[in-house]
Amino acid sequence: MKMSKSPWLLHYDASSCNGCDIEVLASTTPVYDVERFGVINTGNPKHADILVVTGGVNYQNKPVLEQLYAQMPDPKVVVAAGICACDGGVFKDCYNILGGIDKVIPVDVYAPGCAVRPECLIDAVVKAIAILDEKRARMKAENKA
Amino acid sequence: MPIIEFLIFFPFLAAIVLMFMKEPTGKRAAFATCCSIAIMAVCIVLAVEVWGGMTLPGAEGSANVFLVDPELFNLLITAGEAFLMCLVIYYGIRYRKYYVILLSAGQTIPVLWLDLTGKTSAAAAGQTYLRIDNLTVMMCLIVGIVGGLICIYANGYIKDYHNHHTEFPKRSNWFMAMLFVFLGAMFGLLFSDNLGWLYFFWEITSICSFLLIGYNKLPVSINNSFRALWMNLLGGCGFAAAILYLVLNLNIISLSQLLTFSGEKEIVLIPVILLAFAALTKSAQMPFNGWLLGAMVAPTPTSALLHSATMVKAGVYLLIRLAPLMSGTLAGLMVTTVGGFTFFAASLIAITRSDGKGVLAYSTISNLGLIAACAGIGLPESVWAGTMLILFHAVSKSLMFLTVGAVENATGSRNIEDMTGLVVRMPKMAAAMIIGICGMSLAPFGMLVAKWAALKSFVDARNVLMILFLAFGSASTTFYWVKWLGKLFAVVHHQDPLPDTVHRGEWAAIIPLSALVVAMMFLFPVISQYVIIPVLAQMFGEKISSVISQGDMAIMIVMLVMIAVLPIALRLVNKIRQDAKDKETLVYMNGANSGDDRHFINSLGEQESDSMSNWYMANWFSAEKIMKPCLAISSFMIILFLIWAITGGAI
Amino acid sequence: MNAYILGAVFIVAAPLLGGLLSGLDRVFAARMQGRQGPPVVQPFYDLSKLFQKRANIVNRYQALLVFGHLVFAAFTAFMIFSGGDILLTLFCLTLSEVFLCMTASSANGPYSSMSSQRELMQIMCVEPMLLLMAIGYYLATGSFMISDFLKADTPAIVKMPGFFVGFLVILIVELRKSPFDISSSHHAHQEMVKGITTDISGNIMGMSELAEWYEVAIMFAFSGLFFIDRHPISILFVVLAALAVFFFENLVDNVFPRVKWEIMFRVCWGVSFVAGGANLFFLLMMQK
Repeated sequence: MKMSKSPWLLHYDASSCNGCDIEVLASTTPVYDVERFGVINTGNPKHADILVVTGGVNYQNKPVLEQLYAQMPDPKVVVAAGICACDGGVFKDCYNILGGIDKVIPVDVYAPGCAVRPECLIDAVVKAIAILDEKRARMKAENKA
Repeated sequence: MPIIEFLIFFPFLAAIVLMFMKEPTGKRAAFATCCSIAIMAVCIVLAVEVWGGMTLPGAEGSANVFLVDPELFNLLITAGEAFLMCLVIYYGIRYRKYYVILLSAGQTIPVLWLDLTGKTSAAAAGQTYLRIDNLTVMMCLIVGIVGGLICIYANGYIKDYHNHHTEFPKRSNWFMAMLFVFLGAMFGLLFSDNLGWLYFFWEITSICSFLLIGYNKLPVSINNSFRALWMNLLGGCGFAAAILYLVLNLNIISLSQLLTFSGEKEIVLIPVILLAFAALTKSAQMPFNGWLLGAMVAPTPTSALLHSATMVKAGVYLLIRLAPLMSGTLAGLMVTTVGGFTFFAASLIAITRSDGKGVLAYSTISNLGLIAACAGIGLPESVWAGTMLILFHAVSKSLMFLTVGAVENATGSRNIEDMTGLVVRMPKMAAAMIIGICGMSLAPFGMLVAKWAALKSFVDARNVLMILFLAFGSASTTFYWVKWLGKLFAVVHHQDPLPDTVHRGEWAAIIPLSALVVAMMFLFPVISQYVIIPVLAQMFGEKISSVISQGDMAIMIVMLVMIAVLPIALRLVNKIRQDAKDKETLVYMNGANSGDDRHFINSLGEQESDSMSNWYMANWFSAEKIMKPCLAISSFMIILFLIWAITGGAI
Repeated sequence: MNAYILGAVFIVAAPLLGGLLSGLDRVFAARMQGRQGPPVVQPFYDLSKLFQKRANIVNRYQALLVFGHLVFAAFTAFMIFSGGDILLTLFCLTLSEVFLCMTASSANGPYSSMSSQRELMQIMCVEPMLLLMAIGYYLATGSFMISDFLKADTPAIVKMPGFFVGFLVILIVELRKSPFDISSSHHAHQEMVKGITTDISGNIMGMSELAEWYEVAIMFAFSGLFFIDRHPISILFVVLAALAVFFFENLVDNVFPRVKWEIMFRVCWGVSFVAGGANLFFLLMMQK
């Protein structure tokens, strides 16, 4: 069975204005019901396969983001949700903002938008789980070798 | 056959010699160790001989089987009783606790009068002073082996103790001597058949524990020692009253006469309930639990000896002896109700304790309550459970006490919170402790088997109250043991083992005891068949089959084996599981860990440390909250039953 | 011999049943909240995924302890379906849960550690009722052996309605439904994050998930024992009862999402004492 059948996510708010956060949560409501695809919002990096980050990364939460990423077991993918997470958005030039989260951890899928629309986010997750399967296949091959 | 005389008198002689060896030299340690080993060996020889089919002397009713001149010893014992009374009077005056004088004189003088007028003389009545049967042999093994190991442990422990606590006066020779006196008294108590003798040894244990608890001579030790004294003396009063009643009214002077009493149980109800009362105080049942908790101020070997091998077991031993007489009477009802209630209440309070010895003390009280309740029910299967509990409790609990003591000497604390990560810091000690805790609380290890049998017997005795006490009490028992176990497993990041400072003598006791606990877990069907069933057969005069069925015993053994092979099985599973090697990470702390598991970055960007603590539910069950009502309830029950029995009630 | 074969079969069948029930559970909860929910077999997808993942461990004891948890959960299921002693079954179940608690304690992180204590608290809440239930069976059928329950003329529920009520209440806790600050549940919004499994991950988490399915199957087996007797038709009642119990538990979970552990403790012990105790009393009176 493919890993993509069961994507569990961890949602982390780096320094979002909460707009994207609300959209992330909206995806789990009856209108979008992302659990149809087996998605669970775990709230725990150790159980998660997909890290969904909203907002740009700043100096204070850089170590936190790194740690959450490190605590996720392989294989794992990262989705940058919203334009701030992609490249810093309107906060890009702020003194405290490092930029998009790809400045800190490797990002697999970028979902733009201000705020990110649930449709876009769900689409990004679907893309991400395809990458997850690829990574799993690669991991298996590496371990065999 | 001088074995029994040896067991009774040899410890006293050893004590006298130890008294004169003031310095804790290797010579003294060697002497004490040799004596302990001798005692253990003799106990084992005795067991082998008796179970090997030797005819039991005393069974034929021949008067002088054991002692050459019993009347001389009888005189000695009479003198001893007077001496004990004088000792209590001396301490009572010295510390201005005059009430103990009253209690002591009030019970000793009537008994002395009986002795001097020859009313309790066994020879005159054609009785023996000493007796031996399967139950004595079993108890003897417990006292000898566990007690002996504790004495060996005490050698090293008391030396370390004085190195750590230089503020206390050094009286370690006296301490060692008292431990041996204790052992001797305990053997005397087990072998005595004559009530006067039984009473004498009973009193020695009371006074001995009083002296040992007060060892440090701190105000708190002295207070606690007097508390132990008056509670035990109160029990002694009950004992003395029972003797008076039996001798004067029924002309019964020995325990065996009482047990084979052929008339209605109601006739001996009053002495039996008085003896049961004495036994309840000795085994620290509510409302007399205070002395045992106070005894925790004493050095560890005292508490271990007091708890597991001797004092408290003396109480339940007497109850088990009386079990056939108690079944279905008011006395049985009293013991069952008080015991069951104590089991439940003490296990709740144990939840709130973080001090290792405190938990052990409450758990002892609680388990003794269960044993007492089993004895009170008085059916063969409940006595089976009670005897099994005594065996397993003695071994596991003394192991626990010794490990807590050793950890305290090594880390400077006996608080459970400070035992965090002991599996890494002191792996060997942690292993012993884990064995001890599992032995006390979890299936398929030891104690739980006995609890299971107890439950079955309560159901068969149709005792709703006891079933409820046991169901709720065992739930809280699991809680406090397992959270302790959890602390041992709580690994702290990057922690190194502590330097091994544990004394050789301490290991010499802990390793055999751990091995014994493990062996008993595997061998319990054998123990049941060859140790406990014969005891029951003698007690009830009928053949009793095992309470736990063969199939269940087999499953328990399978479970034990499964635990043993778990690590090996895991290796196989790992082969399938790890197509990728496991990776080490930090614990989850919302991603805010600052480099390890014990520090995090707070909202101001500063590093702060954190620590995990167990859950004590102090605002629910703490002793301050529920002890008073518990004492009130149990006192009320005891007074009610005593009055009911004495005014001639029947059920 | 047959009994052991049956037991062995259920070592395989129990997790299937448990997995299916948790799948149903998720669909059910989704429908109650007006969502479509995942497919019924979703838990199997989850499990397969977990086994494909690498495990991030916190210390070297985790794998062993979780494995112990799984083995004894499976052994409990084996004992039930091979008709073993119900008390021994309960002890074995406790042992299995203790292994899980030790895993969480050994991780020693804030969420793991606190959840371990909560889990122990939960064990303390449910244990009296489970023990009383076992005694109830003994009084109703004259034996502690599960194989003997199947030979009864009437289902046990007739004699033990009080025990059943108590069992329903503790089942809410045992299935990790309510309260809100329980040691573990499938909701991300609860107090303890993922509670007792917080620091377990990847394929080790897979083992703990599997063990949980065993537990679910065991609990429904217990509920089924109330309804079974020697008539084959009773199997129908068992299934119906299991469905009804399932519905009830989910309803309670959705209606009381904010119950705290204090209430859990009071309700569990209170109901165990009153319903269990009263039923016990009457059973003993009847048989005198």
